[in-house]
Amino acid sequence: MAHFPKPVEGSWTEHYPELGTSTVNYEDSISPAFYELERKAIFSRTWLNVGRVEELPRSGSYFTKELQCAGTSVIIVRDKEGVVRGFHNICRHRGNKLVWNDFPREETRGSCRQFTCKYHGWRYDLDGALNFVQQESEFFDLDKADLGLVAVQTEVWQGFIFVNLDADNTVPVRDYLGELGAGLEGYPFGQMTQVYKYRANVGSNWKLFIDAFAEFYHAPVLHARQAIGEESRKLQGYGYEALSYGIDGPHGMVSSWGGMSPPKDPSMVKPIERVLRSGLFGPWDRPDIDGLDALPRGLNPARSPAWGIDSFVFFPNFMLLVWAPGWYLTYHYWPTSYNTHIFEGTLYFVPPKNATERLRQELAAVTFKEYALQDGNTLEATQSMIESRAVTQFPLNDQEILLRHLHKTAKEYVADHAATSTPVAVPAGR
Amino acid sequence: MTNSLPPEFADLEPFADWCLGTEAERFGKRLASSMDEMQAFYDAAFPRLEAVLAYLDTFDLNGLPDDAGRLLTLSYSLINISFPVEVWRQARVPDSGAARIDVVVEPAV
Repeated sequence: MAHFPKPVEGSWTEHYPELGTSTVNYEDSISPAFYELERKAIFSRTWLNVGRVEELPRSGSYFTKELQCAGTSVIIVRDKEGVVRGFHNICRHRGNKLVWNDFPREETRGSCRQFTCKYHGWRYDLDGALNFVQQESEFFDLDKADLGLVAVQTEVWQGFIFVNLDADNTVPVRDYLGELGAGLEGYPFGQMTQVYKYRANVGSNWKLFIDAFAEFYHAPVLHARQAIGEESRKLQGYGYEALSYGIDGPHGMVSSWGGMSPPKDPSMVKPIERVLRSGLFGPWDRPDIDGLDALPRGLNPARSPAWGIDSFVFFPNFMLLVWAPGWYLTYHYWPTSYNTHIFEGTLYFVPPKNATERLRQELAAVTFKEYALQDGNTLEATQSMIESRAVTQFPLNDQEILLRHLHKTAKEYVADHAATSTPVAVPAGR
Repeated sequence: MTNSLPPEFADLEPFADWCLGTEAERFGKRLASSMDEMQAFYDAAFPRLEAVLAYLDTFDLNGLPDDAGRLLTLSYSLINISFPVEVWRQARVPDSGAARIDVVVEPAV
């Protein structure tokens, strides 16, 4: 029984006929060889979100990002002119990682006037120029102008910092994000600077965790116990239907209702949620800032009064969730092997004006972790059994359209890359 | 640890060991506690939550006196154990096995 209208084709999936409706296989999530192809075809060639401009408050602020999925580490820095720049994190002298603390494989952040290599003391300006070489006169024909840090394409969209490791890329990030990105422009992301960030090592392919967050079909079942007794049974009876879905190029979005903020019947939420007026959907009361009354056109595309949350899947590994009560959440999935990845979930709120607002946000953050722990662990259970290949074809329903789209997109990127790249001749040993 | 909390909340003094400044400490103490211990803390602190909000809201959040700051962190702990007490009936999230999710950035206050 449909609660919300679907496109004239009869389903969201058939509205995008290129998706098909057949069963899918997840060989793309269990094959080490396919993952190696993804590293080249996807993670080394698409725009990757690595952070927010608020993480670089002043000239000289920097952070590093480990991109094991693309076989590199990058430095993101705000230079003397205030421009956000990105560089491969490698010294031009002997190849030492330029910026790190204590543990070379761990990310770091801070503020500096210039970058100094720990190995032989070569120094680089914030714009990447090499400005000092220890015992320069000992070198042969060395021109410092030729030995600046290797730049990485770096662009900022709505305060989100993206890098693209493909030096030949010609598509600006704004174009890459397409219609779904354009529809979000103007949202007051920059006013939501109270941050909680979570990180976990997850034993699954990166796409399988996106799958988990790109459908809510699972919510009434997997998270049944979070809702109070009667409410839980009611939710399972209804099942789940989204308000609408959208697909543009490699990206997708799902718009969902959100009955919990505030709930129609207070008895259906936990006692502490009733007292604090907050929960999984965030504080029930919107923060008092400009920019939340007239939302950007891309939010709540069905214009439903029941709207609760929009989830955007920006290919490959960046999800952006905007909640009706005026806060947002990002997910990142950083592959470390074909069946492992690092998951990052970051919550952004308007800074609280008092302790009550602070405690409401704390409850939302704590609740997020309770749910994420369930989701993450389920993923290991899925990965291990898909790897058994005891079953190789799986059905997907209409509420799982974004999964169908994600796996299809990944396979297409890999196939396109294989078709356009010349096979590299194996160099003869010498 | 006498008078670590504001005098108005002296009744919560027996639970002052829940005044913990980081999520890692609060979640750690939750996992190390029995349900009876968490229930006792909840039964004492939850009925006082509205009074705590009213009291803390009389201060500037970024300039809390030490005792009020501890009351705030005690309240963070109350929130952290609300799932075990109100829903799970156990300290760990059900079916979460060995999974862990770590806080890497949290607000200073």
